[in-house]
Amino acid sequence: MTVIVLIFLYAPIMFLVIFSFNSSVTGANWMGFTLKWYGELFLRSPDIWEGFKNSLIVAVFSSLTATFIGTMAAIGIHWYKPSFRRYINFNIYAPLIIPDILMGVSMLMLFVSMRIRLSLFTIYLAHTTFSLSYVVLVVLARLENFDSSLLEAAMDLGASEFQTVRRVIIPMALPGIIASFLLSFTLSIDDFIITFFVAGPGSTTLPLRIFSMIRFGLSPVVNALSTILVGGAILLTLLGRKFLKYILAGEG
Amino acid sequence: MDKDGAVYSVELENVTKIFDESTVAMKNVSLKVKKGEFFSILGPSGCGKTTTLRIIGGFETPNEGTVRIDGRRVNNLPPNRRPVNMVFQNYALFPHLSVFENIAFPLRLKKMTESEIREKVEYMVELVKLKGQERKFPRQLSGGQKQRVALARALVNEPRVLLLDEPLSSLDAKLRQYMLMELDRIHDEVGITFIYVTHDQAEAMSVSDEIAVMNNGVIEQVGTPPEIYESPANTFVAGFIGETNFFVGKVVDVSSEYLKVETRFGILTCYKDKEAKIGDTVEFMIRPEKVYVTKNYPPQNMNFLRGKVDQLIYLGSHTKYYIMVENTLIRSIKQHTRYWMDESTISWDDEVYVWWNPDDSYLIKVTGG
Repeated sequence: MTVIVLIFLYAPIMFLVIFSFNSSVTGANWMGFTLKWYGELFLRSPDIWEGFKNSLIVAVFSSLTATFIGTMAAIGIHWYKPSFRRYINFNIYAPLIIPDILMGVSMLMLFVSMRIRLSLFTIYLAHTTFSLSYVVLVVLARLENFDSSLLEAAMDLGASEFQTVRRVIIPMALPGIIASFLLSFTLSIDDFIITFFVAGPGSTTLPLRIFSMIRFGLSPVVNALSTILVGGAILLTLLGRKFLKYILAGEG
Repeated sequence: MDKDGAVYSVELENVTKIFDESTVAMKNVSLKVKKGEFFSILGPSGCGKTTTLRIIGGFETPNEGTVRIDGRRVNNLPPNRRPVNMVFQNYALFPHLSVFENIAFPLRLKKMTESEIREKVEYMVELVKLKGQERKFPRQLSGGQKQRVALARALVNEPRVLLLDEPLSSLDAKLRQYMLMELDRIHDEVGITFIYVTHDQAEAMSVSDEIAVMNNGVIEQVGTPPEIYESPANTFVAGFIGETNFFVGKVVDVSSEYLKVETRFGILTCYKDKEAKIGDTVEFMIRPEKVYVTKNYPPQNMNFLRGKVDQLIYLGSHTKYYIMVENTLIRSIKQHTRYWMDESTISWDDEVYVWWNPDDSYLIKVTGG
């Protein structure tokens, strides 16, 4: 069973990787090994690199913003336990279950009605918005594990609220905060549907660029690009695991 | 008397704490804790003892009444501005900080220099005997070691009062005994007031200068361990502290020192600890270690009953006897001195005399009749 599952999961990717080295333009048959698509990608595809740069900018800034706001929100919700917490909770979960296409349409309507020109900035706002829910969720889950007497101990030992947040809550929640940052980054960098609605001229991200390339037929350059992305993702995952182990080492 | 004139380290005046309509944690509690005392608050779970401690620490605000620390009213001071520190029941060590950094935490907040911090932490590490463990993290420590870190961290700020919330409850019995002696030693060394909350009467008895016995949000009695054990203020205290035998009856005769009381066991004599007149209903008690169990007829002027040995529990240093008299178990404890030579003659189901000296009983309560 496991083998079947693994084949289902990885066969398409394997094909993609293999065909990125295929010298056939149509990609239907194996015509011999070549690296020309990689050459094409690196030397003659400024559009792709433009999209990649845009994606990176949006991902970095939106996940940083979302992590910051989301962490503060989670601490506020957890610490102050307002009576309307259930209501807050629902509002935080809602974006997770609302279909992306609805989110995309609604954000487009919002931006248009507010006369905000569609650009990288609107993509940034949209990505920050949907990442927020995930950040709050992940950080909140981490905070729920703490004994509330830790906060009382910090106060008892002389810490103000701010010092308690800075010296106790944030360091203890750090693995959750980092995890939520990585999650937001991943969500942002490969988001297509929402981005599709809120992107304006000159603000094409990588997923949008790939989509537009595919529309004119399968390009082996996309295969080459995908292979590099898969490789990068694997590398990052491995590094991330090492890093997480290091962070988690300081925990009780 | 301290330099600032206050005799008492902590004073509670008519403090009432209500959590909601149905939960009154403290009813009109008044307490005075002297400077440098090892003061225990003893009571069953849910009696309000932890709430009392949390009110002193500033984690709860009283609905009514005044809290004073060193003579100063602190009702509105948050915990971080009170000169008291707390050792939490589950230690509440910061999991992301090493032993050294846990202890240094309050000092870093005060922005002390690195060398000052090092000096103070090292002194504390020495005091609580944690030398060599400074770089470990809480999860690498045993229960007893965590306890020591929590103590050091609470003491490093040099508080006027140390609050301890059942700090030994999660340790096993042997370690608990040892840590209790350690607490006593540390108390002697630092010389500040300790307020210790516990439900374990043996713990409270063994280290306290004074004990407050609490029940249902009310202080039942405050006194030294012998006072509380020998002259309990009421039936609750008598029953909660150690084992005891209670008797209820009507006074039939009063002399200068004794009362004759008609009980369901017949007429018994008890020492007149309180004034009473003929016809009053009285309640008195006799502690098991003052009750003798013999096969021979007891000496003159003793209270005695006849019964049958129901249970006999040999515990090495002493034996507990449960004697059935008129469908009531009378408890007796016999300390062994020369077991093989003099004792072990009484066994299960033997018919025995249960007797005690009337001077050893204590009159708990007199109700006019």
